[in-house]
Amino acid sequence: MTLTLNVNGQTRSVEADPATPLLYVLRNGLGLSGPKYGCGLGQCGACTVQLDGEAVFSCLTPLAVVGERPVVTVEGLGTGEAPSVLQKAFIYEQAAQCGYCIAGMIMRAQALLDANPSPSDAEIRAHMEPNLCRCGTHMRILRAVRRAAGSKNAETEAVR
Amino acid sequence: MKRSASQLNRRAFLGAGALTVAFAMAPRALAQLPGASGGTAVRPDLPGDLKSTPMLDAWIRIDAKSAITVFTGKAELGQGIKTALIQVAAEELDVDPGTITLVTADTARTPDEGLTAASHSMQDSGTAIMNAAANVRMLLTNAAARTMNVAPETLSTSGDGQIHGAGGKRLSYGEIAASLSLHVEAQPNVPLRDPASYRTIGTSWPRVDIPAKVTGGEAYVQDLRLPGMLHARILRGPSSGTRLKNPPIDAVAKMSGVVKIVQNGAFLAVVAEEEWTAITAMRALQAAPFERTAPPLPQTGVVETLTRLPSRPITVLDAAGGTAVPVRTIKARYTRPWLAHGSIGPSCAVAWFKNGEMTIWSHSQGIFDVRRVAADLLGLDIENVHAIHAEGAGCYGQNGADDVAADAALIAHELEGHPIRLQWMREQEFGWEPLGPGMFVDLEAAMDDQNRIVAWRHDVWSTPHNTRPNTAGGVLAGWEVTPPFKAPEPQPIPMPEGGGDRNSNPLYALPAMNVVYHFVPEMPMRTSAMRSLGGHMNIFAIEQLFDELAASAGIDPLDLRLAHMTDQRARDVMTLAAERFGWSARPRGDGRRGCGMGFAQYKNLEAYCAVMMEVEVERETGDYRVKRAVAAVDCGQAVNPNAVANQIEGAIIQAISWTSREMVTTKPTHLTSFDWGSYPILRFSSVPDAIEVHIVDRPGMPFLGTAEAGQGPAGAALANALAAAIGVRLRDMPLTPVKVKAAIGVI
Amino acid sequence: MRFRTCLLGGAALAILGACGAYALTLRSSMAAITPPSQASFDKVTVEKGAILAAIADCTVCHTAPGGEPFAGGLPLKTPFGTLYSTNITPEETTGVGSWSLEAFKRAMREGVDRQGDYLYPAFPYTHYNHVADDDLAALYAFLMTRRPVKATPPPNDLIPPLGFRPLLAGWNLLFLDEAPFAPAEDQSAEWNRGAYLVEGLGHCGLCHTPLNLAGAEKTSKTFAGGVAEGWTAPPLDASNPNAARWSVDRLTAYLRSGLDAEHGVAAGPMGPVTHGLSTVPEGEVRAIAVYITSKMETGESAQQHGESLPAAKPLDNAEEAAATHQAGAAIFAGACAGCHGTGAPMSSDGRPSLALTTDLAADDPRNTIQTILQGIPELAGQKRPLMPSFAGVFSDRDVAEVTAYLRVRFTDQPAWPNLHDAVVEARNEGEKP
Repeated sequence: MTLTLNVNGQTRSVEADPATPLLYVLRNGLGLSGPKYGCGLGQCGACTVQLDGEAVFSCLTPLAVVGERPVVTVEGLGTGEAPSVLQKAFIYEQAAQCGYCIAGMIMRAQALLDANPSPSDAEIRAHMEPNLCRCGTHMRILRAVRRAAGSKNAETEAVR
Repeated sequence: MKRSASQLNRRAFLGAGALTVAFAMAPRALAQLPGASGGTAVRPDLPGDLKSTPMLDAWIRIDAKSAITVFTGKAELGQGIKTALIQVAAEELDVDPGTITLVTADTARTPDEGLTAASHSMQDSGTAIMNAAANVRMLLTNAAARTMNVAPETLSTSGDGQIHGAGGKRLSYGEIAASLSLHVEAQPNVPLRDPASYRTIGTSWPRVDIPAKVTGGEAYVQDLRLPGMLHARILRGPSSGTRLKNPPIDAVAKMSGVVKIVQNGAFLAVVAEEEWTAITAMRALQAAPFERTAPPLPQTGVVETLTRLPSRPITVLDAAGGTAVPVRTIKARYTRPWLAHGSIGPSCAVAWFKNGEMTIWSHSQGIFDVRRVAADLLGLDIENVHAIHAEGAGCYGQNGADDVAADAALIAHELEGHPIRLQWMREQEFGWEPLGPGMFVDLEAAMDDQNRIVAWRHDVWSTPHNTRPNTAGGVLAGWEVTPPFKAPEPQPIPMPEGGGDRNSNPLYALPAMNVVYHFVPEMPMRTSAMRSLGGHMNIFAIEQLFDELAASAGIDPLDLRLAHMTDQRARDVMTLAAERFGWSARPRGDGRRGCGMGFAQYKNLEAYCAVMMEVEVERETGDYRVKRAVAAVDCGQAVNPNAVANQIEGAIIQAISWTSREMVTTKPTHLTSFDWGSYPILRFSSVPDAIEVHIVDRPGMPFLGTAEAGQGPAGAALANALAAAIGVRLRDMPLTPVKVKAAIGVI
Repeated sequence: MRFRTCLLGGAALAILGACGAYALTLRSSMAAITPPSQASFDKVTVEKGAILAAIADCTVCHTAPGGEPFAGGLPLKTPFGTLYSTNITPEETTGVGSWSLEAFKRAMREGVDRQGDYLYPAFPYTHYNHVADDDLAALYAFLMTRRPVKATPPPNDLIPPLGFRPLLAGWNLLFLDEAPFAPAEDQSAEWNRGAYLVEGLGHCGLCHTPLNLAGAEKTSKTFAGGVAEGWTAPPLDASNPNAARWSVDRLTAYLRSGLDAEHGVAAGPMGPVTHGLSTVPEGEVRAIAVYITSKMETGESAQQHGESLPAAKPLDNAEEAAATHQAGAAIFAGACAGCHGTGAPMSSDGRPSLALTTDLAADDPRNTIQTILQGIPELAGQKRPLMPSFAGVFSDRDVAEVTAYLRVRFTDQPAWPNLHDAVVEARNEGEKP
C-alpha cells in the first residue's frame, strides 16, 4: 500500500507493506545509506535514526507505527560538503575505523544533544549504551560528542 | 567518495597536532613473507610487492592533466590504509595528497598483493608504492632534464606536482608524463626523499574515507545499488554443521514478490524483488526444524576438547644454553575460549552475471581469492570472473565475507542478468562465520638465584588459524552444492609469522627456550584467522608468567622484563609507556586498584607495543573497570600518527572485550551464541575512562605492521592489572566478574 | 527493587496516627559502638552471611544505579512520594558502622533503627522478624566486613504527614507478626528450609502477595500475586495459570538463570532477583523451589516431585490473530518476528516460545505491556536474553494492538479488556523516579 512519510524534512510516498521495518524503506525505497542493517534485533544501534526526536532502532520500527512523525537520518544532518556540527566533530576527532556503526552513533548522540545540549560524560556514556562499536573507536566517539556539545547551539542550528 | 570535507578540515586538523596514530613497515629489502602476497617474486631484488609486480604503471599512472592514479592490491578494512598509501605515494612523488586517486583491490585493475591481512599492507604495498613513486619521480625528473636540456641534478620538486629548474623554468608532471612511458620495471635502490624534508608522511592527514561514512555516503558494499538489483537471503541451519529439514519450499516460492528459490544440493537461497520480502520468505523457510550433519559439538572445556583430538607437534624453538642452576620453577596453564569476529555489519556481497562474465563486489580480505573461489565453484574461466573490493564492516580476520561472496555468485549464476545483493542476517554471521580458535598454553619457567630466567618451556594447542579459501572447497557453498567440493586439509602457517604459534617465541633474551606448537587440524567448530591469531593467547600467557616470576622474586615486573630484553626498541616502548603511565608511582596494594603491563613485538617482526593499564575492582561483586590505559608503540616510520593511534586504541578496547567477557557457547547441536545478548561485547559503560597512545618517532625507518600489535599486550596488561588489584591470578579467559569475585572470596 | 506500592487509605491513616502517638515514646536509641574490625568476625560466619545477603538481595535495594554496593540512595517511587534506601555499609556516621549486633537485630525484626527511629516497611522487616538469631549474626558479620562508604541518601520526599515516622508504630501494631518461624513437622527438612528462606530473608511475599490499603500483605491471600514497580508479580499459589508446568527442577533452574523455556525470562524487578540467586548454592535455591512448588500444587499434577514433564506444545493461532488484529499483525511481523517468529534462531537456547510465557497467559496484561515498553536490558555484560525497549517507538495504541494480537495468537485465553488504558497506566507506573 502507499504510505506517506516525513523523512529529513521532506514528505515522501512509499509503496510498501505496513509491516516493513523503516530501515528497509529508508535504504531501498528512499535510497538513503546512513541507516545500516546491523542485527535486526534492536541490540546494536547501527540502524539508529531519530523518530520524532527520539533515537530509535529503525530495523524494528514497522512503517505501521511511524505515521506522520518526522524521521531524521544522518543524511538529514548535513552533507559531505556541509557537515553538521556533530558530523564535523566526528571528522575532527577521526572518530571512525570501519565506520559501519558511525551513522547510528551520530543519530543517537544527536538525540541526546537535542534534548540536553551540555550532557556530562556519564550522561553521554549512558545514552550511547545501546550502540555497539567493534573496532574500539569508543574513546573518539565520546570525544566527538563532547566536542559537539561544547560548540554553540546556535551554530548547530545554523548548520542543520 | 566525497573528499572535500576532509580537505575543508585538514588545516584545522593538522593544527591540532596532538593527535597521533601509526602505520609501520618491515625492512625494505626483506624477502616476501609467506602468507602475504599473491604473486610470485619475479624481481626478488625489489622492495615490497614490486617483487611480484615490478612494472611501474601497475602502481602509478599520470595523465596529461597531471591527474595521478595509484593502484594497490590491498583493501580498506577500516584501518585507514587508503589514506596511508596515498600519503606514501604523495610523499615520494612529491605532490599534494589531495591530487591522488587511489584504486584498491580489483582483479581487473590492481596488482595481486594477496590478502589484506596480518598487518602486512604497509610493508608489502606501502613499500612498493613508496619505491614505485620514487622511481616515477626520478623518471619524470630525467625526462624533464632532457626536455629542458639540463642536468637532472639541477632540477627539483617542491610538492606542487611540477619539476622546477633554474630561472623559474618548470614543467608539470602531466606535461612530462604525456610523452613518458611508465610501462617499465622499477629499479632497485632509487633514492627516496629525505625524511627530514617529508611533507606528508608523518602528518595526521585526515582519513579520506571518513567524511562519507559520517554523512551517509555510499561507503560500503552494503550500499551498492545496481539497476534491476534483486535481494537474496540464504537458508542454512542455525550454525555450521547443521541444515534445515524439509523447509516449505513450494509454499514460499509462491509468495508474492519472491522471484526464485535457488537450490543446488543442500544450498538453498531465496531471491526477491524487495529485501523485506526476501527476509519474510527466509523466515517462512527457516520455520522448519534443523538437524545436525556434523558430529556433535563438544561440551567440554577448551583443554579437554583440544587434547582429545589428534595433534601434530611443531617445534618452534629448541634452544639450550646457560649453566645456571634453577632455584625456582613456576608452571601455569592459560586458556582462551572460541571467539567470534563479531563484525557490526553482517557479511554482504553483490554479484552480477552478465554475458558470461561474473562480477563480484566483496569486502573479503582476499579479493583475488574471491575470484578463484567463484571460478572454481561455477566452473567459469578465471578471466571471466571479476572481483572488486568494496568496504564492509570491520572484519578482524576471516568472517563470513568469503562465504557470502561465493553464495552471491552462485545465486547470480542462476539469475543471469540480475545483480544480486545478499547480506547475511546477524544470527547467520554468528552461526556460520569461522571462529577465532579456542587455545591453551602450558608455560614453565625457572629462575636462578640471581633472578635470571634460565629455562623456558611453552606448549601451545590450537585448531587452525588459517582456513582462508582459494578454491570452492574452502567456502560453505562449496560443501553444499552437488557434487560437493572437498575442504582442503588445513595447514599450519609456518614461523616466523606463525598461526597458533604466532608470538610464542618470546622476544626476551632467554638462554634456554623450548617452544612447541601442538597443531590440531580437526575443527569441532570451524575456525580461521582472527586478529593477531595466536598472538593474543601466547602474549597473554607469556606476559602473565613474567609477572608471576617477578612476584616470586619480589621484583618489579617492568624491571624483570628490562633485565631480559636486549632489543633497544623494545626497551624504548616499555620505558616510554612506563614514563607516561607513571608506572613507578602506580596505585597498588589497596585490594581494589591494580596496574599491569604487557609487551610484545608483533610476530617479533612488526610493531613494538607496550600497554599499561589500571583497573579498579568492586570487591563486593567482582565487577571491574579499566580506568586508564597507556600504550607506547614503535612502528618504524609512522605514516599517519593519528591512524596508528586509532588502531592501537581500538586494539586495546577490542582486547579488553575479548579478554574480559567473550566466549562462544554451544549445545551439542549448534552454537548458542547467536546475538549480542548471547555473545555480549564491551559497551560504552565499560570502556576505559582514558586511553593514551604514544608513538616512538622513527623517521625513515621501515614500516612495521601495527593493526594487530596491541591485542596481545592489552590482554596481558588487563590480566596482570587484575592480579595486582586482587592478589589472585586469573588465567582462564574470559576474566569475568564472577571469576573475579570467586577469586576474591567473601571479604 | 522489590518495593511495594503502599496505598494508605484515609481511615487507616487516622488509626495509625492515634496508635503512633501512643507508641511514640516506646523506642529508645541504642548505644553507638566503635565499628568492629574485620578481623573480629570469623570467615565462615561471613561467608554464611554472604549467601544469606544474596538470598535477601540486600544489594538490589541498597545500591543506587552506578553507586557503591550497599551504600544506599536507590530511589523507590511510590504514589505518596519517593523513598531512598539507606547506607548499610559499616561506615560510622552515614552507615551502620556504629550499630551493635543488638541494634541490627532490632532493625531487622522490629523496623527500628539504632537511633530509635521507625523504618518504612518498604524495608521488609515484616519478613526478617522470622530469621533466626545465628543467621542475623551472620548477616551482621557480612555487612560489618564490607568496605565502609561515606554516603548519605537524599532525604525522602513524602507527602505530609507520612514523613512523620512515629505513625509507623501503629502500622507495626496492626501488621507486624512477631511470631518466630515454626517448622511444619509433616514436611521434609528441605521444604522447611525453603519455607524459612521464602518467608524470612527471601521476603518473596512482599511482591507476590496482594497488599491491603495500608500497604501490608493480606495474610489471607499469601502468594496470590501482587504488583511491584508496575509489574505483576505472578501468584505463587495454585492460582498461577502455569502452575502445572513448574517442577522443582525447572523452578530451581529459573531462579538461578532467570530463564525457563516454558515460562519466560525474569524481566522487570525479578531480573535482579535471579541475578542475586545465581550466586547462591543450588541446595538453598532448590529448597526455595520445593517450598514454592508445594504452594502451587493443584492436587492433580505430579510436578511437586520434580518429575520431568512432557515438553509443552506451543499454541499458534496465527491466521485467526492476523484476521482479527491486522495492525497488531503488521507490528509483530516488523518488530517482533525476528526474535519471536516461528523457528527464529533467537528462540533457541532455552528461550521460550511466546505461547509458553506466563505473562501472555496471565489474567492481566501488565507484564506483557511492561516488557514491550521497557524491554529486557543487559545486565553487566552477562549472557542473557536482550530485548530493546519499544517505549519510544510505539504509541499507546500500537502497544495495545500488538498486545491484543499476541493474546489471540499465542493463547486461548479471553481477550484482555481496556488494553489502551492498561498501556497508559503501565507507562505511568513504569516510569523511573
